[in-house]
Amino acid sequence: MPLLSVDELTVTFGGRGRTPSTAVDGVSFTVDQGQVVGLVGESGCGKSVTSLALMGLLPRKGVTIGGRAVFDGEDLLAMGPKKLRDMRGSKLAMIFQDPLSSLNPVIPIGVQVTEILERHRGLKGEAARKEAAHLLDRVGIPDPRRRLKEYPHQLSGGMRQRALIAMAVACAPRLLIADEPTTALDVTIQAQILELLKELVDQEGTALLMITHDLGVVAGLCDQVNVLYAGKAVETAGRRELFAHPTHPYAHGLLGSIPRLDAPRGEPLNPIRGSINDKIAWADGCAFAPRCDFYTMECLTGTPQLTEPRTEGHRVRCVNPVLPEAPAEEVPA
Amino acid sequence: MSTKTDKIDRLAELTQANETTTGASLWREAFRRLKNSKMAVIGAAVIALFVVVAIVGPWLAPHTPTAQTWRGEVFANQGKFVGARGENWFGLDHLGRDMFSRMLVGARQTLLVGVVSMLIGLVVGALIGMLSGAAATLGGRTGRRVDTVVMRFIDILLSLPSLLLAVSIAAVMGQSLTTVMIAVGVVQIPVFARLLRGSMLSQGGSDYVLAAKALGVRRKRIVLTQILPNSLSPVIVQATLSLATAIIEAAALSYLGLGNPDPAVPEWGVMLAQAQRFFDNAPMMAVYPAVGIIVTALGFTLLGEAMREALDPKLRG
Repeated sequence: MPLLSVDELTVTFGGRGRTPSTAVDGVSFTVDQGQVVGLVGESGCGKSVTSLALMGLLPRKGVTIGGRAVFDGEDLLAMGPKKLRDMRGSKLAMIFQDPLSSLNPVIPIGVQVTEILERHRGLKGEAARKEAAHLLDRVGIPDPRRRLKEYPHQLSGGMRQRALIAMAVACAPRLLIADEPTTALDVTIQAQILELLKELVDQEGTALLMITHDLGVVAGLCDQVNVLYAGKAVETAGRRELFAHPTHPYAHGLLGSIPRLDAPRGEPLNPIRGSINDKIAWADGCAFAPRCDFYTMECLTGTPQLTEPRTEGHRVRCVNPVLPEAPAEEVPA
Repeated sequence: MSTKTDKIDRLAELTQANETTTGASLWREAFRRLKNSKMAVIGAAVIALFVVVAIVGPWLAPHTPTAQTWRGEVFANQGKFVGARGENWFGLDHLGRDMFSRMLVGARQTLLVGVVSMLIGLVVGALIGMLSGAAATLGGRTGRRVDTVVMRFIDILLSLPSLLLAVSIAAVMGQSLTTVMIAVGVVQIPVFARLLRGSMLSQGGSDYVLAAKALGVRRKRIVLTQILPNSLSPVIVQATLSLATAIIEAAALSYLGLGNPDPAVPEWGVMLAQAQRFFDNAPMMAVYPAVGIIVTALGFTLLGEAMREALDPKLRG
């Protein structure tokens, strides 16, 4: 049984009098113990909302959440707020995108770390401080005793993210959700943070749900990848399979749009045309159709279903998947 | 004897002292910035002078502030007031009392009115704002309702012209110094309440609050340790600025004749009010208390503005 099994998660925003907008539209995926699962997609595809919905951090007013998210035998979406609060930080933890704004600017790091230890592990005073120093040491912050007394603005960006990771792993959670943890950092620090996350996953057996738009991060870290588009998973595959055979035209386009260092000079970049605003409702057909190079009239007849056109476990939501025997020549004019 | 080793020891002490200050908090950082701001230094100097005068003024005063040193001089001078002279630096008032002594002694009352009424506004306003902000951030239907009710009440207070409100309170409570303090303080309440609540609400939506929630920190604790300390800096700035307003408003109330009726206790606002009747003959009698009020208010305003800049989160390095 997987550790987390998300089934048809739907999140709709819009209260009374406003047209509802569906940010997550029936996303299903699973995360096994010790596994790193990626949720990939561009801005607005619903990846962050998915993570917030799982953590129960979406506002209760004006948001409708449907589906199920079974974590460790219990449905997170049906859990009471009190129980969920006890879960958060102890069994389920999250790392955010911007390490500076995610730390309280007026409180020393040490207080912020010990707060969690007090809350979930009942540690107090010197015991909590000792454990906090140990945690900072664990995530690679040198001179942790001194750092505990410092304020967030005195730490470098990478160090702040390390501190946040230390707070997230303070209670050895079963599942860690990382929402673009490297976006606000520069490249060398990104690599260090990813290395640290990988190490934690390997050593502690923590499952990691990695939310990112960075395919490099996916390639380096994830075991299983879910590509999201307009609130639906359009392709799910193992990392190697996805990078070797991107089958949904969107995933195909994403991988094709990565600039390559070894490309000849002057070769134009290869973006996916249009933007995520050029979409149609999933009910009418494939949301990606307006931007797709391969679309046919068939694409506009209802929601495409997930199929496994290539190999088992590699699921694609497309009626015209990019397959070796269906190369680009077959594109209708 | 005391040569190299001593020097090294002293150096070591110095570096140690430096090391302990590396854990510079927001407030310490702000203080460091304040020290480098010309505006803050001037403001602080004016305030310091004012406070010193307020404390030791009665002992510095060359004459008793209520003693009449008139001795028919006005009559002798054909109705003209005695201006500044060696004996009375600021001249005499209409009853022949030494203006300089009255200014010195009056500073204490003025400071007292300013500080006490600001404190009334700050304490009551911040409590209401904290209650409302906490209710709103803790969420729930009840919380939001509490917040709405409290804030509408504050809106009503805020919609009344402040001077009118103060005059009404003073009129109901009768003429005394306490009345002035309360009236001016009540006027400040909605300002502080709204400010703290708004600040708490905006902090409630910040990333670190979300992060704390994601780590399972309890809501009460989030409000107390995360939101509240981050929301205080605008309130502290407002407190400094409203000291200036309070002094001016208190002076205005005294000027309107609602101030302290006790002639034995001089107060700048009352002095200004009395001077108005003799403005044609002795304009300087009005100028001294007026300048006193203006300079003091300016001092508080300068310090407040400088603090606003020093505490601005955008400038945090």
